[in-house]
Amino acid sequence: MIPAPFDYVRPARVEDALRLLAEHGEDAKVLAGGHSLLPIMKLRLAAPALLVDVGRLDALRHIRIEGEDVAIGALTRHADLVSSPVLRAEVPLLPDVAALVGDQQIRNRGTIGGSLVHGDPAADLPAAVLALGATLVLQGPGGERRVAATEFFTGFLQTSTAPDELLVEIRVPRCPDAPWGYQKFVRRANDWAVVAAAAVDGRVALAGMAQTPVRAAATEEALTAGASPAEAAALADRDTSPTADLQASEAYRRHLARLLTRRALGGARGRA
Amino acid sequence: MEVKVTVNGVARRDDVEPRLLLVHYLREVVGLRATNVGCDTSSCGACTVHLDGEAVKSCTVLAVQADGCEVTTLEGLAGDDGSRLHPVQAAFRAEHGLQCGFCTPGMVMAATALLRSNPHPSEREVREGLEGNFCRCTGYHNIVRAVLAAAAAGAEVPE
Repeated sequence: MIPAPFDYVRPARVEDALRLLAEHGEDAKVLAGGHSLLPIMKLRLAAPALLVDVGRLDALRHIRIEGEDVAIGALTRHADLVSSPVLRAEVPLLPDVAALVGDQQIRNRGTIGGSLVHGDPAADLPAAVLALGATLVLQGPGGERRVAATEFFTGFLQTSTAPDELLVEIRVPRCPDAPWGYQKFVRRANDWAVVAAAAVDGRVALAGMAQTPVRAAATEEALTAGASPAEAAALADRDTSPTADLQASEAYRRHLARLLTRRALGGARGRA
Repeated sequence: MEVKVTVNGVARRDDVEPRLLLVHYLREVVGLRATNVGCDTSSCGACTVHLDGEAVKSCTVLAVQADGCEVTTLEGLAGDDGSRLHPVQAAFRAEHGLQCGFCTPGMVMAATALLRSNPHPSEREVREGLEGNFCRCTGYHNIVRAVLAAAAAGAEVPE
């Protein structure tokens, strides 16, 4: 499968990338690791006229403690999340979840920023940043703006990133001692989740249960009101809108959301 | 546009279309056909090569993204004239780690990258390390055995 023709530029600085995005608007797409964008271009589901390759912008590749947050550059690869001692100590859910993305080859190329901006509702990292209460830092022609993860995912493969904006950093509150769990149900080794549940310190996020990753609001409210994890998990699918497909019926997805949430609240990790 | 890529130690300059995939560059421009196109959707791993020493799926990398990088294909493992098998290749032969052979180039490239980062993996680590490579003959048992044998032999895993 061959993508439709496009022009390609590899800007040397973030400002150059932003200028190109401002000039070309909807005709341009940002290329990072390419592991979400290139597959859909090969399927001709996307045919941008211009690819702006930000892959060499090393200023966007970092993991460092800044006050109460860990600041993660958008170009940080999944493999870098997995091997980061800073994340292992400060946000242990994130390296654990990143290790479940795709396979080793994919983790060597794919980036956290690419995964978040792609916004696949079945992907791991969008659910993870929702549960972590992360903030996304976008740069555009008017400067920088910060968007809470809860406001970032706006629809199926849609985020609040404007065509002339670049996701530059993900800020995750440090939570070294917070209880956490992640459960991902897959039918094949390196597949997307049918449903996944991430739990951090009483916040719960679900993948595969709606057109976007979602917080399990009813579960969180029940926990706050003093319900047991089992009681709260029984509400995990409330106000979600899962669809049926070849992998799972709607009812089965609802069952998985409740089950995986209960396990994640109990600290379970990995593939279910 | 022009790309400068070092393939198996040989520096090249080539004029390519931006949409040319790395796997097609290697097979059709460079003329190295060990690297296979399998699923073409970054699932099966048959197209695995090393990009600056790390295993990647070359069906999901543009040739222009490899500009300035070093690429190693299966042909680059076996020495200049191909007469001397890489220890991982030798282990695949000794342990019958291939049936039809289609997945083998990608398996060997993924396995060499795995052993470089983890020279003495457990069986589970080998199985997980190769989860991005499918063998449709389902010959996984001997593939895992071959990788473990290469590790046990203390296979130096040079690039």
